[in-house]
Amino acid sequence: MTRLIECRPTLDETTSLAVRAGDAVSLSGDLVTIRDATAKRLLDLASAGLSLPIDLTGRLLYAVGPSPAKPGQVVGSAGPTTIERFVKYLPFLLGAGVKGVVAKGELHGDDARAFQEAGAIYLAAIGGLGALLGRSVEAATVVAFGELGPEALMQFTVRDFPAVVILDRHGGNFHETARAAWRRV
Amino acid sequence: MRSLDVSLLTETVARLLVEANYRIPPDILEALRAACDEERSELGRQTLAHLVRNYEVAAAEQLPVCQDSGVTVVLLEVGQDVHWTGGSLEYAIFAGIRQGTSSGYLRQSVVGDPLLRRTPAGAPPGVIHYEIVEGEAVRLTVASKGFGAENMSALKMFVPADGTPAVAQFVVDTVDRAGANACPPVIVGVGVGGTFEKAALLAKKAVLRPIDQRHPARDTAALEADLLDRINRLGIGPQGLGGTVTALAVNVEVYPTHIAGLPVAVNIGCHSNRRISVEL
Repeated sequence: MTRLIECRPTLDETTSLAVRAGDAVSLSGDLVTIRDATAKRLLDLASAGLSLPIDLTGRLLYAVGPSPAKPGQVVGSAGPTTIERFVKYLPFLLGAGVKGVVAKGELHGDDARAFQEAGAIYLAAIGGLGALLGRSVEAATVVAFGELGPEALMQFTVRDFPAVVILDRHGGNFHETARAAWRRV
Repeated sequence: MRSLDVSLLTETVARLLVEANYRIPPDILEALRAACDEERSELGRQTLAHLVRNYEVAAAEQLPVCQDSGVTVVLLEVGQDVHWTGGSLEYAIFAGIRQGTSSGYLRQSVVGDPLLRRTPAGAPPGVIHYEIVEGEAVRLTVASKGFGAENMSALKMFVPADGTPAVAQFVVDTVDRAGANACPPVIVGVGVGGTFEKAALLAKKAVLRPIDQRHPARDTAALEADLLDRINRLGIGPQGLGGTVTALAVNVEVYPTHIAGLPVAVNIGCHSNRRISVEL
C-alpha cells in the first residue's frame, strides 16, 4: 500500500513519525531543491553570518539538477541525485531545520544518525526516472542562485511523486535491512 | 583513399547524442522488461516497472531519460585510408556535442576546470577516444555516461599470483560498495590486462558493449556468467531496495599485459547506459 505524504510547505510531525523504513510513499506538495553548488552557497552564507534566502525549518529537500525545460514543460527531466556527495553539508542543513531529504543512494553510520538526531527522514526516489519525475513537477520557481542554472535553489510543487522511506525516525535503514534480507553470499 | 568532411561528424554526433538520451538501447530495455518477471522482490518489481515506463514515456515524448546526460564519450574508429577535410576533427566532434546538448534540451553537466569548478570558453565538452583501424571504414559510438555510476567505478593493479579469484572478488566488491548509489540494476564493464590506462579503456568499451553479446572466448564468457551470478546474490536489488536483480550484465574485455602484472578496471554503468553506434 502506498502512503500519501503531504508537504505544504512543511512535513508535519505526525506523518514524519508514522512512516517506516521500506514504506512506498507518494509525495505531494512543496520541495526545496538542492545540489552540490547550492549546498555550498547556503553554507557559505551561514558561515558569513548572513541569512539564508529561504527558511528551511520543517522543509523537505530534493536533491536534483533538472535538465532544461522544453517549450511547454515546467521542468525537463528531474530525477534524484546521489546523497553521498552532500554528507559534508548534512549537519548544517539539518541544523537549519530541514526535516527530510529526498535523493538517491545510501547513508550509513554517522550520516544516518544525523537524520535521527535531527528528527528528520530520508527518502529515496528512483534514480533514472527523470522523464516521469519531471512530469510530476507542477510548478518550479527559482528562489536563489539563478546563475547556477540546474543547480539553482528552486521550489518545486510536486504531485504523486513516488519515493521509498529509507531512514525513518525509529532507527530503520531500509537499504541495510533490505540488502541483508536478500543477500545470498 | 576516402575523403570525408569533418562536418559529417558534427551533424552525426549531435543527432546521436540526442537520440541516445531519448531512447535507451533496445537490448537494455528488453533486459529490464525480462527483469520485471525475474526479480523476486515485490518492491524491486515495482521499481523495474517504473523504469520501463520511464523509458517508454521518454521515447514517446522525446524527453531525456535522465536529467544527468553525463559526460559525452565518443569512440571513433577510423580506417587508416580515410582523409578528413574541412577543419579540425576534434573541434568538429566537440561542436557536435555542444549542438546536441543544446538542441536536445540536455543538461550541461560538464565543468571545464575540475578543480576550480569553472568553465572557461572553449573548454572541451566531452571525452574522445580514437582508434585507427584498417581500411576505409569509420565507426562512431556516442555514449552519455552518468556520474552516479561513473563515481563508483574502480581500478586496481593486481599481481599474477592474485589470479582470477582476486580479480573476480574485486569486481564483486566494487558493485557491493556501489550499492544503491550506482542506480542498479547496473551494467558492469570489466577491463583486464594491458596497462593502467588500457585497463580503464577496456572497461569503458566493455560497459558499452551490447548486453546480449557474450565475450567470444569461452573462458571469458564463463567469467562473465560467474560474476553476474555472484553480483545478483549480493541482495542489493533494483535501486538498492533489496532483491535478486542487481546487474543486468557483466561484460569483460581482456588484453595482453606484462608478465609481472594484472591490471583490472571496473566501470559501472547505470540502467540508463546510453550509447549508440553507427558506421559512416
